[in-house]
Amino acid sequence: MLRSRAMKIAVFLACLAPFCNLAWRLYRQDLGPNPLETLTHGTGDWAIRMIAATLAITPLRKLLKQPDLIRYRRMLGLYAFFYGCLHFTVYLYFDKLFDWQEILKDVAKRPFITMGFAAFVCMAPLALTSTKGWIRRLGGKRWQRLHRLVYIAGIAAVIHYYWLVKSDVRLPLLYGAIVGTLLLYRLVARFQTRSASAPVRLRAVSEPRP
Amino acid sequence: MLILKPGDLRYSEITPKPVYLNRRRFLAAVPAALVAARAARGAAARLPNVGKSQFSTSEPVTAENVVTRYNNFYEFGTGKGDPAHNAQNFKTENWTVSVEGECARPRKFSMDEILKLAPLEERIYRHRCVEAWSIVVPWIGYSLSALLKQVEPAPKAKFVAFQSYWDTRQMPLARPEIAGIEFPYVEGLRIDEAMHPLALLCVGMYGESLPPQDGAPVRLVVPWKYGFKSIKSIVKIKLTGGMPPTTWNMANAHEYGFYSNVNPNVDHPRWSQKMEQRLPGIFKNHPTQMFNGYGEQVASLYSGMDLRKYY
Repeated sequence: MLRSRAMKIAVFLACLAPFCNLAWRLYRQDLGPNPLETLTHGTGDWAIRMIAATLAITPLRKLLKQPDLIRYRRMLGLYAFFYGCLHFTVYLYFDKLFDWQEILKDVAKRPFITMGFAAFVCMAPLALTSTKGWIRRLGGKRWQRLHRLVYIAGIAAVIHYYWLVKSDVRLPLLYGAIVGTLLLYRLVARFQTRSASAPVRLRAVSEPRP
Repeated sequence: MLILKPGDLRYSEITPKPVYLNRRRFLAAVPAALVAARAARGAAARLPNVGKSQFSTSEPVTAENVVTRYNNFYEFGTGKGDPAHNAQNFKTENWTVSVEGECARPRKFSMDEILKLAPLEERIYRHRCVEAWSIVVPWIGYSLSALLKQVEPAPKAKFVAFQSYWDTRQMPLARPEIAGIEFPYVEGLRIDEAMHPLALLCVGMYGESLPPQDGAPVRLVVPWKYGFKSIKSIVKIKLTGGMPPTTWNMANAHEYGFYSNVNPNVDHPRWSQKMEQRLPGIFKNHPTQMFNGYGEQVASLYSGMDLRKYY
């Protein structure tokens, strides 16, 4: 089922749905009393959820014994970047009206914005090198090493959210727990594979691991 | 596979600008929305004999259904839409406000007494939240000084401390481990600030008594300070000799000072205060004014003070 084209299209459309929802409500002027906040939080929430979904693929492949899940990882990762771009654009345009001087000051001076910007910057090269051609050009091992930047992106996104919140930190902590668990899984898996069987491997990776 | 690079995102895709600028349709939708908002307010009572005030701004008033659906009132939840849902059954019968401390005649006031203490006025004030959004609200009430004079403040009274109602049966979310702030909510003013005619003891808005999410039955409105100074659902007012503790200052002294005057030149540590978003507008394109535009009346209260230090 995971290999079917229909499934892939369904997942693609499901991931696009939050965007369609926000775009439609923007068009209808139905984003509530604070439209900027609705757009900022809506795009930010989905960016962080997509990062978590991307990070969940590898553990889920193992735990559910569904290696075909790998077919969705690139799509989810690109969606994380897509929502990250929207989030950043909403900030640049609606919040800052492209006042670059103020934007630079924000990024340099305000730790939570610095952190969000860091998450975004980490994701950009991953989106750029997400194609088969780039995997070939970089070589599987180097490509994989580069794409570990997503761990940093996930951590930075959670900290960004945590620092933004005024006092009720329950949601940022929940995302932190999810991302933390997914990263911890990798750490544990790494220890286990050192002594035992072969590591979780990418389908697209052609080079054998040492 | 959809691959979007930043360059592929046109603003036209995100903001259909002509639509955004088409306000006529929005305005046409307002009356229906107001009817809906009024239906949701059920218990609100029209306040009679409300006079006009020289302190009112001529700026356009924010739609009522924006003001009543977007509230910071952590006793009823930390989400902006939470209070409108969770506060609807808030019981305010037999409400009293105790005015006490350094004064000659401390006593409790019933809501009936408060409503008749001075002529009610409609005051259309700008209201600027520390989170950089703003609204224009037709509050109803009278100067706080009218209430304070009733108890005859002593010369020793240098500050005024305010306390909100707190009851976890009526407000199950009003717990520090959920909201991240201490309860009951407390605020304070210097006595000269409290006696300033602009400081409003507020019992209504939009022609009616206050809805629960906006601080029923009686709240403070200090239009030259950030919104969190305008404490809601007041049960106690105490005249004190020393500076009283205030909730947000206790939660994070680095970000929220005792004075918290609206000041575009002093940033919040996490965001600039230069600009604000006039709700329900989507752009943060409204320049913030010193003392929220009330400098002519209140700047003299702070002459000689370093407002960077006393933020």
